[in-house]
Amino acid sequence: MIDVHNITKRYGHHTAIDRVTFSVAKGEVLAFLGPNGAGKTTTMRILTCFMPATEGTARVAGFDCTDQPLEVKRQIGYLPETPPVYQELTVTEYLTFVGQLRGLTGPKLSSALDQSIGRLELGTVRHRLIGNLSRGYRQRVGLAQALLHDPPVLILDEPTVGLDPKQIIEIRELIKSLAGSHSVILSTHILPEATAVCQRVVIINKGRIVAEDTPEQLSARLRHSEKISITLKTCPADCEAKLRAISGVLHVFPGQGGGTFLIECELGRDLRDEIARVAVLNQWGLLELRTLSMTLEDVFLQLTRHEDHSTETTEATVSMASAEHTDT
Amino acid sequence: MTPVQAVIAKELRVYFVSPIVYVVGAVFLLIFGLLSYLYVGFAGAQAIQLMQMQGGAAQINLNDLVFRNLFASMRIVLVIILPILTMRLFAEERKLRTFEFLMTSPIRINDIVVGKFVSVFAIYLGLVGLTVLVPTVLMLFSDFDWNPIWTGYLGMVLLGALFLSVGVFASALTENQIVAAFVSFGMLLTIWLISGLGSLFGDTTAGRVISYFSYMEHYERLVRGLIDTSDLVYFGSGLVLMLFLTHRVVESTRWK
Repeated sequence: MIDVHNITKRYGHHTAIDRVTFSVAKGEVLAFLGPNGAGKTTTMRILTCFMPATEGTARVAGFDCTDQPLEVKRQIGYLPETPPVYQELTVTEYLTFVGQLRGLTGPKLSSALDQSIGRLELGTVRHRLIGNLSRGYRQRVGLAQALLHDPPVLILDEPTVGLDPKQIIEIRELIKSLAGSHSVILSTHILPEATAVCQRVVIINKGRIVAEDTPEQLSARLRHSEKISITLKTCPADCEAKLRAISGVLHVFPGQGGGTFLIECELGRDLRDEIARVAVLNQWGLLELRTLSMTLEDVFLQLTRHEDHSTETTEATVSMASAEHTDT
Repeated sequence: MTPVQAVIAKELRVYFVSPIVYVVGAVFLLIFGLLSYLYVGFAGAQAIQLMQMQGGAAQINLNDLVFRNLFASMRIVLVIILPILTMRLFAEERKLRTFEFLMTSPIRINDIVVGKFVSVFAIYLGLVGLTVLVPTVLMLFSDFDWNPIWTGYLGMVLLGALFLSVGVFASALTENQIVAAFVSFGMLLTIWLISGLGSLFGDTTAGRVISYFSYMEHYERLVRGLIDTSDLVYFGSGLVLMLFLTHRVVESTRWK
């Protein structure tokens, strides 16, 4: 549905995005992940034909973004960073205007209107001026606008900003429900969001794509060892040594608080039952035992810091991040 | 509803929800009314003087004494007031980030520019329409020729259209509404002063060419009751040129 090939965007001497290539299949939800200023919004603006790329080609539903902007725009529902709403219009008036711009008329328009108002639960505010609505409602009006004409491609720039936790969950459910029938690109810097709703993640940093895969694959790829966290009721002085003696264990780090250990094992080996057996045998009082998978957060930090530091320091950051994760 | 109509409807709605139209309209009508009152007052005083000097009932010409002066004075009023009406058209869209939404909607830039211009022009026509009340009331008490008044109104409509197109252009240049108003105000005054530059050259080819670029002589002829094709061409081409430049400016924001 979306094909981006080697696009580069320069503002004067500043390169905002540098040879970015990726594609989104029909029905797929793709997360665009990156720190602020990484080039997420620029990429989206190129895809929505707001601005052309300096180099490279971008195609949406088979139409070229530079040569056939009108066709491309018809295929896309776009929610920019700031919800594009007119304060002087009511929700209904605004959505009517949006529908008319997209060529909806008569009964088609009113059914689209009712559908998107229903989807985003705007029924109670539909006759209120947008200027008087809260940030969360405006964001939802912005989303309703993007969904109004039921476009095959949705481009959402940080869709859950400004929403309360309940609304965030609802919007994520909504996006998930769009998968299959719609191709969605959403940008975010909230990592659990990417894991929750997306089949694929593109991590972009300083204008370059640094990784592209499913969230699970990404964490698997960057993992160098299995990590297990255990909590013991009593821990005699020799327990650390005894844990280290188990075959396959690489390191044992004492965690914060008594009785907690972070055990690093060889990649691909599950030592949980062995560790449990040793703990029970020695009567340490096993309170907790769990594997730590690398979260997307760790992956993200590792990849986006990669450019600044050497590999060693990044490794250290990752294990620190994992250790922090143990405590939480 | 076509996209252009949708843009027009939305702009009109926003104009009437916000206080701009009411404030600008009130000031415009108040000034028009006051000016008419003053010129009628002067005309009355002149008539009394004439009667005292000549002893008989003097015929005073309202066309010359009231309407010509009134239309001439409206120029400066329009220069000051119309930029206020147009300043929000593009600047506000940029400020509120709805510009990106408009530019990513499947409509042509032409549709946006024309829609915005037509909406503000419609408001202006409404305001000018309300001023017809003044000659209508005067008609009850006096006798005058309506034809130069209609050409005067035609002049005011054309002049207003040109000013509004300059304002739309200025608004497209910036995201600050005050800057937009000031730029169009500056442009309109500069074009006004070009006629002064032209008269400096006297009745030479250069002088005539320079003066042609100012709206002054074109408007004056219409106020005097002359409909000349060259004047209509001037206003028409000026309007088209400004809207074309607006289109270019809006388009160019994509390349920045």
